[in-house]
Amino acid sequence: MRVDYVNGNTAIAEGAITAGLRFYAGYPITPSSDIFEYLSRRLPEVGGYAIQLEDEIASINAVIGASWCCVKSMTATSGPGFSLMVEGLSIAVMTETPLVIAYVMRAGPATGVPTKTGQYDVLQAVYGFHGGLIIPVLAPSTPQEAYDLTIKAFNISEKLRTPVILLSDAVLANTFGRVVMRSAGEIEIIERKKPTKPPHLYKPYEAEEDLVPPMACIGDGYDIYVETLTHDERGVYAPTTHVQRKLMERLYKKIIERSEEIFEYRITRPSGSCDYMMISYGSTALSARVAVKELENESIRACLLTINTLYPINEKALRKLCEESSMVFVVENNLGLYYREIRGVIRDKPVISIPVIDLEIPDPNEIKRMVRKWVEH
Amino acid sequence: MGRALANPLDIYLRVEKLPTLWCPGCGIGIATQALLKAIDRRIREGFLRKDQIVFVGGIGCSSRVAMYVKFDSIRTAHGRAIPLATAIKIVKPDRRVIVVGGDGDIAGIGGNHLLHAIRRNMDLMVIVINNMIYAMTGGQHSPTTPPGIYTTTTPEGSFERPLNLIKLAWSLGANYVARGSVTHPQLLEQIFYKGLERRGFILIEVISTCPEVFGRHIGLRDAVELYRRLRDKMIVKKNPSIDESEYDWEKGFVLGVFVDREEKGYIDHLRLLRRDCMR
Ligand code: SF4
Repeated sequence: MRVDYVNGNTAIAEGAITAGLRFYAGYPITPSSDIFEYLSRRLPEVGGYAIQLEDEIASINAVIGASWCCVKSMTATSGPGFSLMVEGLSIAVMTETPLVIAYVMRAGPATGVPTKTGQYDVLQAVYGFHGGLIIPVLAPSTPQEAYDLTIKAFNISEKLRTPVILLSDAVLANTFGRVVMRSAGEIEIIERKKPTKPPHLYKPYEAEEDLVPPMACIGDGYDIYVETLTHDERGVYAPTTHVQRKLMERLYKKIIERSEEIFEYRITRPSGSCDYMMISYGSTALSARVAVKELENESIRACLLTINTLYPINEKALRKLCEESSMVFVVENNLGLYYREIRGVIRDKPVISIPVIDLEIPDPNEIKRMVRKWVEH
Repeated sequence: MGRALANPLDIYLRVEKLPTLWCPGCGIGIATQALLKAIDRRIREGFLRKDQIVFVGGIGCSSRVAMYVKFDSIRTAHGRAIPLATAIKIVKPDRRVIVVGGDGDIAGIGGNHLLHAIRRNMDLMVIVINNMIYAMTGGQHSPTTPPGIYTTTTPEGSFERPLNLIKLAWSLGANYVARGSVTHPQLLEQIFYKGLERRGFILIEVISTCPEVFGRHIGLRDAVELYRRLRDKMIVKKNPSIDESEYDWEKGFVLGVFVDREEKGYIDHLRLLRRDCMR
C-alpha cells in the first residue's frame, strides 16, 4: 500500500497498472491525453507497451488484438474519439474481448469545449455502439474512486469477457486528491478463465454455468478463430434465428444477471433521514454533496446517492435506496439524460431532473435553488 | 477428425468450414493455395513453426481467408485488420502476422491504417487480393477499379484514377513490395515464399479474378474467359523497376518483386529500445 496525491487521470492510469494493464493504444484527445502520456512512461517500467496509432479506430482494434494475446489492454478517449471507437466496441462485445475504455467526457456536442467538462455522453457510452447489447459503465467521482473503479473495470472485463467503460469527466481528470494505492497482492485481481479441455474438444464459444466461455488466446496452441459474425458454440458463422437468439440472450444475460455484483454506489446522509433523495454521478456528485449538506441547514433533509455503476443498474437495490424518500432528484451536468434511466426504475414517486449546464464544476447554489423550488411547491 | 485428407494442404484448413463461400472460378482460392504452399515449404524447412503464424482479416470475400485457414486467426471490422495485427505483433513479436484482405478492405476503408503501418515499417505481411471491385457487397467501385469500367456505383464507367498500391508502399518505405497474379500461381507462391522470410512491412498485391461480379458486369460472364483476359494483361519481369509498376488496364500489369531490402523494421527498433522486456 502507498498513498499518493494525484489527479483523476493519474489515478486511472495507476489503477490500470495495478489491475495488470500491459498494453495501451491510443490517439491524443483532451481531456484524456495525460492518461496516455503517463502510461507511455509507466508501462515500459512494468514490461508493457503504450503505442500511439493513427486514430481511435486503430486504437480500439489494437486493444482487441492485444487482448486476444491474453494481455490486459485499454485505451482512453473523449467524446469525438469514442464516436470513432464504437465500431470496434461492437466487435469487442460480439467477440467477448475483455478490454477497458477510459472515457473522459468533455463538453460537447461536436468539438464543443475540449478543455471543459460536461456529462453529455452518458448515454452514448452505453448505447452508442450498434447491436443493442449492454456493457458495464462505471463512473468515479473522486480520484480514489477512479483508482478503485479502474481495478474493478478490469476485473469485470476479465471475468465476464466484456468491454467495460470507465466514464470520467474533465473535472475529475484534473482534480487532485489523496489516493490509497494497493499492490496486486493486497486486492483481488481477476484473470480470465482459460480452457482446460484439449484443443480438439474445445469449443471457443461454449459457455460454462456463468455464461462465460473459457478463452484460449493467440499462442495457446488452440488455433483460435475469432468470429465477428453471428456464430454458434464452435465459432462457425450461422445465420439462423436460433443461433442469433441464443447468442444474443447469453451475451445480454451474462452482464444483466450480474447487476447486483457490478452495481456500486455511495450514500451520504447528512441528517440521517432521507426525505428527499438526490442522485448524481461523476464530478457533479461533488457539488451535489455540498448541496445536500447545506440544504440541511434549511431543514430540507436530503441524502445523496452517488451512483458508481451507471450500467447495469441494480433496479431492486435502487428502489430500496429511494424507498423512504418522497421525491427523487437526478443532478447531472447535461440536459437530464441519466434522469430518464432513473425514471424508468423509480415509478412510484416524482423523479425530477436537475440539469446543471456548467462548463466548470456545477454550482451547488444552483442545485439548491432548483431543489427548493420543488420542495416548496 | 477421422476424415481422410483430400489434399496435403488440408492440415492448414478448417475443413469443417468447407466448402468456402467463394464462387466457382474465383481467384481467392488460387491465392490461398499459393500462400499455403509457401507457408508449408517454410514450415518443412524449419524456418517457421505452424503455431507461429497468425492470420488477421477484416470484411469482404478476400478477408475470409482468415476464416478458412487453421492457424490462430482473427477477424475484425471492415478495414481494421492492420491495427489489430499491429498490436499482436508488438505483444507477440516472434509471431509471423499475416493480413489478408481485398482492395476495398485494405486500400479503401483501411487506407489510412495501411499507409501508417507502411510508414512504421511494421513487421506485417499484408496481402491485398485485388479484384478491382467491391465483390461481397455487389460490385461497387473500388480504389483500384480501372478507368472506364462499369460498376454499380459508376454506371457510366469509372473515371477516378486508381490507386497503385506498389508505388504507395514503395514511397512510404516498405521493405518488400511485390505484385503477383492468380493467373501465375507458381510465381505467386515464390513471392509469398520470399516474403515470409522478410522483416519490416511486406506488401503483396495479388491481381485476382471475380467472375461473379467484376466479370459479369463487364460482359465476361465466363470465369475462364475472364481468367484468360487477365492473364493476357500480365507481364512477368525479373527485377522490375518501380516505374514499371504502373497500374494500367490497357497496357497491362507488370508482375514481380519491386522492392526487396533489409531495413530495420518496427520490431527491431522496439527490441533495441526495450532489450530486457521483450517477451
Ligand atoms: S463475389 Fe467475386 S470475389 Fe467474391 S467470392 Fe464470388 S467471385 Fe470471388
